Amino acid sequence: QGKFTLLRDTRTDGSFLVHHFLSFYLRAGCKVCFVALLQSFSHYSIVAQKLGVSLAAAKERGQLVFLEGLKSCLDLLFGEEEQPGQPSPLQFLSRSPCDLRALFDFVRVSLSATGGDSWKGPVLLVDDLSVLLSLGAAPVAVLDFIHYCRVCVCCQLKGNVVVLVHSNEDSEDEENELVVNSLCHHSDLILWAEGLATGFCKDVHGQIKIIKRLSLRQAAEQDLVQIYQYKIQDRNVTFFARGLSAAVL
Amino acid sequence: LVFTEEDKYGLYSNLLFKYFLAEGIVCGHDLFVASAKEHPDNILKELPAPLLDDSYRKELGDEAAAVKSEDFQDSMKIAWRYQNLPKMETSPTTYTKFGHYYDVSKKMSPELCQSVKLHSFYLHEELPFEPKMKTWNMNSGYARLLQSIQRIISQGGFDGSDPQKKQRNVLRIGIQSLGSILWGDDVCCSDAPEDPQSLTKFLYVLRGLLRKSLSACIITVPAHLIQNKAIMERVTNLSDMVVGLESFIGSERETNPLYKDYHGLVHVHQIPRLNSLICDVSDTKDLAFRLKRKQFTIERLHLPPDLSDTVSRASKQDLAGSAKLLSSGCGAMAIGKKHLDF
Repeated sequence: QGKFTLLRDTRTDGSFLVHHFLSFYLRAGCKVCFVALLQSFSHYSIVAQKLGVSLAAAKERGQLVFLEGLKSCLDLLFGEEEQPGQPSPLQFLSRSPCDLRALFDFVRVSLSATGGDSWKGPVLLVDDLSVLLSLGAAPVAVLDFIHYCRVCVCCQLKGNVVVLVHSNEDSEDEENELVVNSLCHHSDLILWAEGLATGFCKDVHGQIKIIKRLSLRQAAEQDLVQIYQYKIQDRNVTFFARGLSAAVL
Repeated sequence: LVFTEEDKYGLYSNLLFKYFLAEGIVCGHDLFVASAKEHPDNILKELPAPLLDDSYRKELGDEAAAVKSEDFQDSMKIAWRYQNLPKMETSPTTYTKFGHYYDVSKKMSPELCQSVKLHSFYLHEELPFEPKMKTWNMNSGYARLLQSIQRIISQGGFDGSDPQKKQRNVLRIGIQSLGSILWGDDVCCSDAPEDPQSLTKFLYVLRGLLRKSLSACIITVPAHLIQNKAIMERVTNLSDMVVGLESFIGSERETNPLYKDYHGLVHVHQIPRLNSLICDVSDTKDLAFRLKRKQFTIERLHLPPDLSDTVSRASKQDLAGSAKLLSSGCGAMAIGKKHLDF
């Protein structure tokens, strides 16, 4: 409760973690606000179905609030004039001072408890934050947005926040690295999916580093780091200790 | 959204671009061609002619180039194309009815070209930007192109907005040399471009349009001119499939005996992972291409045996996963091997 989890990927695609968390929290009965910037609703829906959760049904019963970034962007740019009472969450696209306030308001309104809600803890899920930089938001604006979300969701509403970012070791994208490093320092849990350093392999898709940042909450505690390797299958991801993939044993 | 990094002189990426369009015509898809460099009509005049003759295909045998295409069913559509799949015909039954062959030395007949609806966008002939769209914060050339695409999509009913239209067709969009100075974007010329986000914003909106409709798009970009690598990283994130073509012309690899049978390398930087947790992972990432008189083929890069000059081509183009590319590593190792005594 009240935890900030950072999903990070390097040299590989960490979106399987997003799918996992989405279905995990929905199955646990939490109210989820999913800011999906990179893919369409049907993409997540189809994968979630394979994992045993129906996104459409969750949306119907109000458990899932889904912001489809791509669609929202099109509505903003090609649609009619926006209604005064309903600003588009992505309006920073067409405004010069790029702040993500509208996006934050959207998140806050979606997750604030309304009368008849019986869901356990609210959850904010973002896929993925690096896209905001590509769309013109300044790194400071992105960090501010995350900060506000943390205060609202983690502290006030006692919920969880899960965010996906991309990073690269020798990346030249300084803005992105700035955002990622900053978020790393403030996360309670970091799940870092990396492509194998030795190159591409058919049986082991990558390795995942799980960093529990105990040092964040309590001084003089060490962070706990665990490393596993994984292989992604159609409906499942298998994890195993390093060097012990099924292909080797 | 297929993103192609152009090779230095643009020869081969142009060819790939034309194949994409030609396949569209042969499949009866509508086409939308956009360019700031060449007038789209000229591009369309130079499409390779399809080989529709069965006996010719049998004749090509081992070295036949096959083209694969896949369409999705619903209103969310990205159809991607694996062009020029060379196939080793171990038995005639393995031939699949996926795509068509093309003869590069012949041009497509104008009648065939006219058989589908063609839309074109030539930047220098387009009207200037409409005032309503001023708030887009994007390069006006890109904005105009997006407007045009959106208009064609909604008018042509590709997004399912026209319930009357029973027959749904696919729109193939080809955008040539995006990001070059001809589009008014200086991302290819300077290290600190004026508006670095124009290109990425454009791609995001284009992605939205493609997801919403029955369309597929190929974009070629002179990536070797883009100094700012951060932009390339962002662009890779925003595209479904990223392929880079590296030609050997003028580079030291031209004389490298390793590569003497090929004209260049194909780097697959990213493949689409849509609607599923996994993506199509292949066992090789080293691909090279060749332009013969009549065909353009992409094959698995085989290191020739040290002893003889004949290379066995067991080729089938698979798509690579998203890890670091090993081809340069392989090349270095092979050269090292030649000097080892066994």
